[in-house]
Amino acid sequence: MSNLLRVEHVTKHFGGIKALTDVSFTVRKGEIFGVIGPNGAGKTTLFNALTGLYQPDTGAIDLDGVSLYRRKPHQILKAGFARTFQNIRLFHNMTALENVMVGRHTRTTSGVLAALLHTKHNRQEERDCAAYALQLLDRIGIGKHANALAKNLSYGDQRRLEIARALASEPKLLALDEPAAGMNPNEKNALRDLMISLRDEGLTLMLIEHDVKLVMGICERMVVLDYGEKIAEGTPDEVRHDPKVIAAYLGGEVAA
Amino acid sequence: MNVLEAMKGKAWLSATLLLAGLILLPFVVEPALGKSWMRIIDFALLYIMLALGLNIVVGYAGLLDLGYVAFYAVGAYCWALLSSPQFDLHLPFWIILPAGAMLAAGFGVLLGTPTLRLRGDYLAIVTLGFGEIIRIFLNNLNAPVNITNGPQGITLIDPITVGGFSLGKTQDVLGMSISSPHMYYYVFLLCVALVVFVSLRLENSRIGRAWVAIREDEMAAAAAGINTRNIKLLAFAMGATFGGLSGGLFASFQGFVSPESFNLMESIMILCMIVLGGMGNIPGVILGAILLTVIPEALRYTGELQRAMFGQVYVDPADLRMLLFGIALVLMMLFRPTGLLPSKQRKQEFAEERK
Repeated sequence: MSNLLRVEHVTKHFGGIKALTDVSFTVRKGEIFGVIGPNGAGKTTLFNALTGLYQPDTGAIDLDGVSLYRRKPHQILKAGFARTFQNIRLFHNMTALENVMVGRHTRTTSGVLAALLHTKHNRQEERDCAAYALQLLDRIGIGKHANALAKNLSYGDQRRLEIARALASEPKLLALDEPAAGMNPNEKNALRDLMISLRDEGLTLMLIEHDVKLVMGICERMVVLDYGEKIAEGTPDEVRHDPKVIAAYLGGEVAA
Repeated sequence: MNVLEAMKGKAWLSATLLLAGLILLPFVVEPALGKSWMRIIDFALLYIMLALGLNIVVGYAGLLDLGYVAFYAVGAYCWALLSSPQFDLHLPFWIILPAGAMLAAGFGVLLGTPTLRLRGDYLAIVTLGFGEIIRIFLNNLNAPVNITNGPQGITLIDPITVGGFSLGKTQDVLGMSISSPHMYYYVFLLCVALVVFVSLRLENSRIGRAWVAIREDEMAAAAAGINTRNIKLLAFAMGATFGGLSGGLFASFQGFVSPESFNLMESIMILCMIVLGGMGNIPGVILGAILLTVIPEALRYTGELQRAMFGQVYVDPADLRMLLFGIALVLMMLFRPTGLLPSKQRKQEFAEERK
């Protein structure tokens, strides 16, 4: 399998706090890649540094051969790297459908003039965009709430809507920041099935998750962070038996 | 299907009635209430344009701009300088009106650029400063070279003239004597229609969605692929365009501009029209603009009323205006914080029906 995302020596410090130090790993095409670690290990900081919300201090980030290092969030999305947020960030006073249509911003082109003149291209694009968004909502299982405001959706549906919005940009790589947080077992199972079916369609996924059972069961490979540093990388089995990982999660000295 | 067609027919009927009503309005108002009320209605139309322009910046994109009147000033002075004895230029309206709007758009980008990283209160303070800077510039640009004539302002500004037909004085049309405010009413009405049309089209477009997305959550909007810098500047430019357009119309209608007309209070009033009417909702903004133009004028009569009742004026109508205005705003915030006609109400109801 070829590599999709290459992260090399990424470092991000906030003043004296070393949020990320020299983190390197690769994500292969078509896999589900986990990012785990104790609270405050730097997982979300890593996502933010990769997707342009933070500017990394040093390092290199390539997606499919295109450098994403220090690019703007919208450029990174356009390059094919979409994400969701740990603390759901939806457009609350827009409908579910509109949320997903915003997600298609980079895949549509109509500007002010096209909108004013209602050009044929503009009308067609709006129709296609709405149809695509509705289809995504149906697939994610919230099609019946298409015209509900995002803020009125249930918690689980909001999480799903955020995934739909990210998918609307037709990414190569989708990074999910704790998508299962606060979900009940049924919702978790549905989420798991969704991630697997997305992977089977050729999408590559990155996943920050605290539910160890979910992460171990679904990820082909993973990286483990602790105090902003990578302490392990490998398959779930390799990681599970890594003494450093055990020490990080359970505390105590690393067995020699 | 029949119901749908009937509804469509009804919509057409009400649109036609509305249009007829708007066209005939001056024929009723002017004889009944006099020319001054005709002028007040004209001003209401101007404020609708201004409020809809600011609505793009504040209502859609969520950028709290307290210096919006600066663009109104730019448009007004653009017209005043290019069509008055000041430089003895008398360019036709079809050049200066678009020029003023474009110039205002340019200023929108110019003033928007340094504020891109600011939000909320900070943005409000900086834009407030910009608004004042423009006004103070206009006030002082009479030395060393006299450009704006300073605090005296520019007088004898040309009215809109189409092939020798001036809207500045009473004209005989088809045997009827039509006053200047009456004729301007139609021009303004046309411009309001244009501004409403542009607002509507943009609201339901890719760009409109991007504006609202930025208002709702700028970080999420950036992560959803929106170039927040460009889309915000576009909002500033579009809002300023409407401001410049109304400014030009104001200068020609009034025949006189001075920096006094473009003070902070104007910006605040325009913002209040939006807040009162319903931020981000076109009918709400229009309602807010009409109410806040017409009510203060109506309050003037309380002076006469007091004199008739008590023989003297106890409460100055201008003070009464601010008093009632303050009470109204407090009550609004308590009982209808989203404005008289808030947006999305309709969609919400629709969603509930669908469930």
